[in-house]
Amino acid sequence: MSELDKRSAFAALGASAAVLALALATPAYAQSKDPIKIGVIAEAQSVAGSSIPQAAQLAADEINAAGGVNGRKIEIVSYDDHSTAPEAVRAFQRAVNEDHVNAVIASYISEVVLALEPWTGRLKTVMVTPGAASDVITENIAKDYNNLKYTFHGYSTSTSIADATCDAAKDLLVNSLHMKSAVVMSEDAAWTTPLDAEYIKCLPNIGIKVVDHIRVSPDTTDFTPIFNKIEGEKPDVMITGISHVGVQPTVQWKQQEVPIPMFGVSSQATNSSFWQDTNGAVEGVLYQSFAGPGVAVTPKTLPFVAGFNKRFGNNPSYCGYTSYDEVYYIADAIKRAGSTDPDKLVDALEKTDYVGTIGRVEFKGRDTPNPHALKIGSDTITGLMLQWQNGKQVNLWPEKVANGKLKFPSFIKIGSTN
Amino acid sequence: MSVVFWQILIDGFAISSLYALGATGFALIFGVSGVLNLSHGALMVVAVVAAWAAGNDLHAGPYTGAVLGVGIGLAASLLTYFVVVRPLQQTRKIREEEKEIFILTATLLWGIMIQELIAYLYTNNAKTVAPIVEGVVSIAGVRTPSNEIFTAIMCWLVIALLWLLVNRTRAGKAVLAASMNPRGVTLLGIELSQIYIAVWAIYGLLVGVAGVLLGMFLGVSSYSVGPLTASAFSIVVLGGLGSVSGALIAAYVIGYLETVTAYLISPAYRTIPALLLLVAVMYVRPRGLLGRR
Repeated sequence: MSELDKRSAFAALGASAAVLALALATPAYAQSKDPIKIGVIAEAQSVAGSSIPQAAQLAADEINAAGGVNGRKIEIVSYDDHSTAPEAVRAFQRAVNEDHVNAVIASYISEVVLALEPWTGRLKTVMVTPGAASDVITENIAKDYNNLKYTFHGYSTSTSIADATCDAAKDLLVNSLHMKSAVVMSEDAAWTTPLDAEYIKCLPNIGIKVVDHIRVSPDTTDFTPIFNKIEGEKPDVMITGISHVGVQPTVQWKQQEVPIPMFGVSSQATNSSFWQDTNGAVEGVLYQSFAGPGVAVTPKTLPFVAGFNKRFGNNPSYCGYTSYDEVYYIADAIKRAGSTDPDKLVDALEKTDYVGTIGRVEFKGRDTPNPHALKIGSDTITGLMLQWQNGKQVNLWPEKVANGKLKFPSFIKIGSTN
Repeated sequence: MSVVFWQILIDGFAISSLYALGATGFALIFGVSGVLNLSHGALMVVAVVAAWAAGNDLHAGPYTGAVLGVGIGLAASLLTYFVVVRPLQQTRKIREEEKEIFILTATLLWGIMIQELIAYLYTNNAKTVAPIVEGVVSIAGVRTPSNEIFTAIMCWLVIALLWLLVNRTRAGKAVLAASMNPRGVTLLGIELSQIYIAVWAIYGLLVGVAGVLLGMFLGVSSYSVGPLTASAFSIVVLGGLGSVSGALIAAYVIGYLETVTAYLISPAYRTIPALLLLVAVMYVRPRGLLGRR
């Protein structure tokens, strides 16, 4: 090789190195201006699930209008999982591998979240669920923290929901109506296993005897035999745990004029459209929730509901509130971490102390039996007990944020079954 | 008599009457044109959602809603015939002996398309139609919703009208004749395609009424599409493919079998004995109770 050739070869090498350096530098430069991407995997076809991407988008737009996170905009990338775990897993893989999202908000179905959980470790991507409830989600984190620490439970666990329901039942049913017996009626699903176990534990503690425990198949269409069986057992109240079913048991309860009140978790009843969905049959149904229309749980609750209603024409479902908060505290964690690196993001999220729409969000520590579960209690999140009255969701409990009084339709016979 | 006996008797009667009405149309279509319409459940759900939407979006009363639901059910049935079934029946690109399987597949896919469209537009949550009659009455000590009685009466009224139509009118007799011998009817100078349109229109009305009544009684969601088709299919196979009276008897057998199971064993196992019975029928008497072929 001649001297000239050598020189030109070096020049070429130098030039290509410069090009390479530039090429490498460009994405790094662009990344700081690129949007932060949050993937939202949800049951877009269900009433409850459709609020998840909508509320997330609302939060992202508000954050972006206020200047974004360290100058970076937030971009929501939505996926419909059609309420199935396989589609959710495929969406998760696509979100991480192809769309390069920095975090994921996913699903209100426990089975779906449990299927996604191992993938958060495999693909090292933070996932927060706005609506799944099974305690097993966080119990898994306790068993395999290093691998599953990327999963956060942004909604109350079933056990905490049951406890909140018992707390409300003590004031509303035992202290004021002197009720003594109940039948627990839940749909057969992952989230109700810990819920029912806790109901059966906490109800006797407040003085309510559980006379039967019925698990209903989620594809039940005719609830007549179930209601007839329950009525035959003469309980004072039915304590419910229903989410995938809702319209049919409610409508049939009214149509058959089952004289026993329904009290407990009825997720579909949290939707403002449930009155229309049931043609008003929901009148008198009591349901546990962490937020409700017109209830100023925190200063952020009512502005969020108003903003959501203005944009989408209906009130958010229960997982709309949490999804909205999640975008805010993920953004906050990225800001505090100064990075979207998943491990740094996990560290920052674990230190979350954020007042959102349903209360003060703090996660339980890694040395608890349920790491990354929301802390529930009077100084964090308490929950509410609402009742449908004349087409409106009225909050009855706790008393300091109550905006109505308990009242039942005429076919309900309080104490007549004793 | 125990209360449970009367509960089973009353509830079983209402649900069986609904099954009978739903399956009658399904059997009629098969009997006359040899089409197994697997979009049957989807058409019923369309009628329910239309009646529900009329009440919610247009603020129509229960009567208007019900009429609109039946009307949309009829329209959906005719659309199914003209868009899905008829082009396949008339095409020369598919061999005659393969057409049945093509139509079977096409109606199945059509049903899935309708199901997804409903879920997309109106979510997959269950819908119920505002009932025309409300309140309860006591029959033999069983508190029975008046709507349940209304459902059973309406079902039998419509079935009776259908019987009159088929047996007492000229058009009905032509339909009956076509189900026995399609070639013979054409030789008599009756246009077979006219009969098909008439049958699909009758079927649409039956599906519409059955759907709206089901929507008032129990409610449906887009998930109900498959189970509704399956139950009509089971009833028609048990009754004998193409036999309307066989379908009526089979509807009561299946309806009561399900109700007895739900009350005495568990509501979760409701459909299992009926499916086992169907398997047994396949082995022992494949042409069903009153099947002709």
